[in-house]
Amino acid sequence: MARLPRRRPRGPFDPEPETIWPSVKPAVTVMVASLLTLAPLVASFPLLPPFGLLMLLGWRLAREEALPVWSPLLLGMFDDLLSGQPLGSAMLFWTLAFIAIDLFDARLVARDFWQDWLLAAGGIAGVLLFGRLVAVPLTAHVDTLLLLQIAVSVMLYPVAALIVAWLDRERSPA
Amino acid sequence: MASRPRRPGFSRRAQYGVFASYVIVLAGLIVAALLLALSTFDPRTFGVVRQATAEVTTPLSSLLGWGVRGVASIPQGVGDYFGVMARNKALRAEIAANRRMTDEAKALIRENARLKALLQLRQGATDTVVTAHLVSSSAASTRRYAVLNAGSNQGVREGQPVRGPDGLIGRVVELGFNTARVLLISDPESIVPVRRVSDGLPAIAAGRGDGLIEIRAVNLANAPFALGDAFVTSGTGGIYAPGIPVARVIKPGRDTTTARGFTQPDTLDVAIVQRTFIPLPAEPR
Repeated sequence: MARLPRRRPRGPFDPEPETIWPSVKPAVTVMVASLLTLAPLVASFPLLPPFGLLMLLGWRLAREEALPVWSPLLLGMFDDLLSGQPLGSAMLFWTLAFIAIDLFDARLVARDFWQDWLLAAGGIAGVLLFGRLVAVPLTAHVDTLLLLQIAVSVMLYPVAALIVAWLDRERSPA
Repeated sequence: MASRPRRPGFSRRAQYGVFASYVIVLAGLIVAALLLALSTFDPRTFGVVRQATAEVTTPLSSLLGWGVRGVASIPQGVGDYFGVMARNKALRAEIAANRRMTDEAKALIRENARLKALLQLRQGATDTVVTAHLVSSSAASTRRYAVLNAGSNQGVREGQPVRGPDGLIGRVVELGFNTARVLLISDPESIVPVRRVSDGLPAIAAGRGDGLIEIRAVNLANAPFALGDAFVTSGTGGIYAPGIPVARVIKPGRDTTTARGFTQPDTLDVAIVQRTFIPLPAEPR
């Protein structure tokens, strides 16, 4: 029986062994954030910010190639299954937000964090407003609460960006 | 962060890759818009997919809810342990005081049953199907759904009313094997026929979406609503049994006013699923 060649131990300059984890990490963390709506509380008004969207925007603005441009279609579908919004709303509006950011990216030479935050704020407000328009009739009294939810979500974006930076620390050490 | 160059380089393959991904996105957007239109015009279309997801995720919520209930019940448990003697005494006194009223009520119930039998009034069902916990909700959405950790395996059927110890919570709109989605009465698309306790004035309790409930008089006869008016289900429509407390008016008004539900559903309380008051006749085959 021929002996199998023994694998050479990895030297200090050899590349890391390839795993699938770094490439799926952004998507998985967005899905985990979408799952936060499973928290054991029965809210009587829109209480939680859209965590999935915050993480998605965080990844997109921190690292361009982290998520392919079609990924919000699938991630949004996953979010729709859990969030109680009509199916297709996050699919549509998350993707539109992604494309809008792409358009801005093509025109801006470089972004700093404040501009990231502004873009994210626009994305969050747009997605939540359109989500409200398709989910509930115009006569519903949710607008004040919706503005509050938008404000809270926009304020939470830096936290999402921090989490993304921490998750991404191997790739882009600060 | 520098922005990405528009072209991924001179590689044709990479350029086509970028182009193809945008084509996919466009196609996906059209599909998403169609799905959205479908689910807006017929909200039950994707109920099966959503319930399948809930079937997987509800055990997680249930476990978390169980933990929260466990922790939250510790202070009450300690208090109960020490307060039990005093409470026992108070309750005994209360029972004695209530006995006369109970006897009268029993007599009234018997008389009521006899009179109804005389009238041959069709009786609805009010028996409990199952008692379960609401384990999670659509907390990030403007819709007001909650997930119940009981489903068709436990005998729950679509359309059945769900109530708490204090009043109406909502009704079952989507059904899985071990989970059910409950439309809360505060949802903007929920409508419950109610009547005023004091004089039987018929009205409609519609959800506002912000946790409150709008009461609208049915016959627009300039009906005044006073602060504190209580409303219970009227039994009209055959879903909800009559007499379940729904809401109490918090702002005086005419014809329409704002009310707060008697029950604020949470994960700590139990939800009781009841039989549909007057079930629809079985569909002909």
